[in-house]
Amino acid sequence: MALSEKDVQYVAKLARLEITEAEVEKYTKQLGNILGYIEEMGKLDTTNVEPLTHPLDMKNVFREDVLIPSLTQQEVLSNGPEVQSGHFKVPRIM
Amino acid sequence: MELYQLTLHEAAQALQSKKTSSVELTKTVLDHLKKVEPQVQSFITITETEALAQAAEADKRLASGNNITPFTGVPIALKDLLCTKGVRTTCASKMLENFKPPYNATVVEKLNSAGAVSVGKTNMDEFAMGSSTETSYYQKTKNPWNLTCVPGGSSGGSASSVSADQAFASLGSDTGGSIRQPAALCGIVGLKPTYGRISRYGLIAFASSLDQIGPMTKDVEDSALMMNVIAGHDPKDSTSADVPVPDYTAEMKKSVKGLKIGIPKEFFPSEMNTEVSEAVKKAIEQLKSLGAEIHEVSLPHSPYSLAAYYVLAPSEASSNLARYDGVRYGLRVPGENIVEMYSKTRAAGFGPEVKRRIMLGTYALSSGYYDAYYLKALKVRRLIKQDYDKAFEKVDIIATPTAPNPAFRFGEKTDNPLTMYLEDIFTISINIAGVPAISVPCGLSKTGLPIGLQLIGKPFDEAALLKAAYAYEQSTDWHKNKPTLKES
Amino acid sequence: MEYEPVIGLEVHCELKTATKLFCGCSTIFGSDSNTQVCPVCLGLPGTLPVMNEKAVEYAVKIGLALNCTIAKYSKMDRKNYYYPDLPKAYQVSQYDKPLNYAGYLDIITKEGTKRIGVTRAHLEEDAGKLIHQGGKAGRLESSDYSLADYNRGGIPLVEIVSEPDIRSADEAHAYLTALRNILLYIGVSDCNMEEGSLRCDANVSVRPKGTEKFGTRTEIKNMNSFKFAKQAIEYEIKRQSALLDKGERVVQESRLWDVNESKTKTMRSKEEAHDYRYFPEPDLVPIILSEDYVNSIKKNLPELPAAKRTRFVSQYGLTEYDAGVLTSDQELADWYEEGAKHTKNPKGLSNWMMGDMAARMKEEEKELKDLKFEQKKLCELVDLIDKGTINSKQAKEVFIELFDTGKSPEAIVKDKGMVQVSDPAVIEKAVEKVLGENANVVADYKGGKQGVLGFLVGKVMQATQGKANPKLVNEILKKKLDS
Repeated sequence: MALSEKDVQYVAKLARLEITEAEVEKYTKQLGNILGYIEEMGKLDTTNVEPLTHPLDMKNVFREDVLIPSLTQQEVLSNGPEVQSGHFKVPRIM
Repeated sequence: MELYQLTLHEAAQALQSKKTSSVELTKTVLDHLKKVEPQVQSFITITETEALAQAAEADKRLASGNNITPFTGVPIALKDLLCTKGVRTTCASKMLENFKPPYNATVVEKLNSAGAVSVGKTNMDEFAMGSSTETSYYQKTKNPWNLTCVPGGSSGGSASSVSADQAFASLGSDTGGSIRQPAALCGIVGLKPTYGRISRYGLIAFASSLDQIGPMTKDVEDSALMMNVIAGHDPKDSTSADVPVPDYTAEMKKSVKGLKIGIPKEFFPSEMNTEVSEAVKKAIEQLKSLGAEIHEVSLPHSPYSLAAYYVLAPSEASSNLARYDGVRYGLRVPGENIVEMYSKTRAAGFGPEVKRRIMLGTYALSSGYYDAYYLKALKVRRLIKQDYDKAFEKVDIIATPTAPNPAFRFGEKTDNPLTMYLEDIFTISINIAGVPAISVPCGLSKTGLPIGLQLIGKPFDEAALLKAAYAYEQSTDWHKNKPTLKES
Repeated sequence: MEYEPVIGLEVHCELKTATKLFCGCSTIFGSDSNTQVCPVCLGLPGTLPVMNEKAVEYAVKIGLALNCTIAKYSKMDRKNYYYPDLPKAYQVSQYDKPLNYAGYLDIITKEGTKRIGVTRAHLEEDAGKLIHQGGKAGRLESSDYSLADYNRGGIPLVEIVSEPDIRSADEAHAYLTALRNILLYIGVSDCNMEEGSLRCDANVSVRPKGTEKFGTRTEIKNMNSFKFAKQAIEYEIKRQSALLDKGERVVQESRLWDVNESKTKTMRSKEEAHDYRYFPEPDLVPIILSEDYVNSIKKNLPELPAAKRTRFVSQYGLTEYDAGVLTSDQELADWYEEGAKHTKNPKGLSNWMMGDMAARMKEEEKELKDLKFEQKKLCELVDLIDKGTINSKQAKEVFIELFDTGKSPEAIVKDKGMVQVSDPAVIEKAVEKVLGENANVVADYKGGKQGVLGFLVGKVMQATQGKANPKLVNEILKKKLDS
């Protein structure tokens, strides 16, 4: 599957990464190479192979429904780039 | 020998036998650290004031004789992706340049409880993506064995700080080889434990199903001591294994007679660097002379591990790094509207390698491609794990080279990303299978650069790895070599 | 052209666990902004989720109450998208292996009972809250900036998705009411739409009646009450039908219900169709529930509304309607049943509860817990009527005092000297007096105007201070008049 510049632009948009024209060209080439290498996997026959999400065979890890102290409002906002009246401020969403 | 040149267990001895105090020891280490730092550049943040305060506390504890551990009063370093409360944690990225976590990673809490003294946060590849520490936003770390060469990555600063005696030990992280490869290139010991052995709570995530924290130390005994402190179940990490922690030093000094060691043919391709293959083969012979049995094994799907890794890791990373959006912490570049803010912030905050991997991962997970890439990689993952399971029915340990080459020069592998990725070819399948592995020094190249031997073990059998590594180490002098910080 | 609406409903139910889905922060509503947040639910780098076992239990309860199959193997997935109320830029939800699936819910319509399929009910985490500032009345489209509060972020939700089996706004309303009732019964949520612990979106399309192919559907959001949901769906059905009648197409889009203008409006699209890039959540492990576990939850489920309703009909001789009203609220149903223990006339008790008692409670905005009397006293009243001690008019008077003071009806009757007069001799005397004083009316009656009997009865009641047994009065009057 050849990667096109349009693909790269679409993916950059999905990932919220602003990239320049020059970067689009560069990344298309580099990502294309990497994908080419990755596609080697296509040679392996994996019919009837179950996917493995975790190396560990774990299940049912839970915690009790018990309160644990939260951070203070100050601590929560402490790394905030822009805060206002106890909230994080963000620019226009539309 | 200077105090700072001691191993961790020797330093602990010196403290406990009152030959020195923690404050004195820490001052000595900091002096040396700062002296060589202009050449090596291991640290993003040096925490001198905090370290001395911790040392003073440690001295009180040492004086009381209560609750002393091998880490009480001993200076160590932490890779800058481990959250340290109130102390800048950057992941070597512009994105987190001023981020101060309001909490400590579990492993940091454990070391603090043991009384360790933290001298600083070490340099790394940005967000742990790289094999040379060249993608750090802040600085390039130099290999203490040759300052014109890379220390490896992504835990390059952790490796160089231990190698250059700037700390007695360091914590690194390993997703595709990021502890083992820099350990090999810097001539120290690096251990990546079994997935789930050590809590990931507070480890800033790169690839969740592959990341593990591990010790980077001057010798094997120090590695075992560090494992004793940091290993164990953590209720804050759902993927942390509820498996009891043995005393990793208990079996360490026992004989390796009868230990079955497997050599996978796939890891000794004919075209590989002969200096490396020779050194490693010699090391294996050495283990044989100590009583180990050598067998041939096969890991037939390992040639596909790099491909699978470069789908799985970037996919998880693309999701893990999505939270860096300028809203709650980290860099914010203003925008007319939120989408512009997101896009400009992330464009400015991330370096090219991080962007590449984010895009790669986003692509692999996107609609229409998920089956061909991500799902396929998960299936290949099972095949790779099955290879290891099968091999471990026959042998106890598998021996391979750690890295295909000794340290290379800056800029040598940065033109084509794939060239850099191939540095991880021997370490990557271990993360995919989730098994533990350790790298120990086993030689020097003609130009005096360290070469590493990798030993791979069964899940939760770090004890066997440490035993084999210790036996090998003690029967040679590689661990006694020190770099001279030369430039050539 | 006659169109048939095809409606599916998505209901988000906030679980009333003490803590959030993946961390120990409180879930209480209405606290100061960002005071119930920790590194985990803030999505700080390095943090990891740990599943709340109570949330799983509540989710399974919901699945069982909706007759779902409980998955033997279930897992969480990441749903990736960017929005400032989402701290990790992904929501941990369930994609292809939900906890509950293939269930149903029966609703009562004019035509009888109808079964609405429930496709799935899965577990996921809630996002934070945004306040839009600087524009028209806090609306998103015109805002200059927004403020984010993550208190709500991470609260457990169960998303309940119905099959597109609903065919009218009325059915939708009935489904929502029945669903809410079930959720309240099993005690998993406050189901308070004003506080956002119950939210619903509707998928609406129309197709020519008699055809099978689905029409283009729109998603209706921002329906803040069941009443608005009904209105919004009705409006949308009309709007789509009108479009199709004109030969135009329905655009697939999300629309908002505008309360002020009572119409649905296009949401200026946030962006094109999302590519959520779902993949299994690597920081969590699968949920594998044993049969024993599921059975133990099933055993401890309370009797559900439908079953209770059926039982009330057979056990207490109530009509379907009465049973429906009494079981529409679990507290009410329980109050009634407690009362039914103390009377031989449960239907009578039911009538009082649904009549005078409900009216007074509504008028004074009182709840069951505010009542000054317990069920036994109301039963006393019912008994007094049944025994004939007082008549129904007197009973109404007694009830007023019972409601106002909580005094026992027997005491009220005694104190007021209200005992009904049923002594035929006394009534006869009163009747004779009235007949004597109203000779012209008697003449009218004898002349064929049977209707004036009521007037005469009234007069006798007056003469006896309303205490006479009306039945007897009637009887004796008639006897005397006809003789």
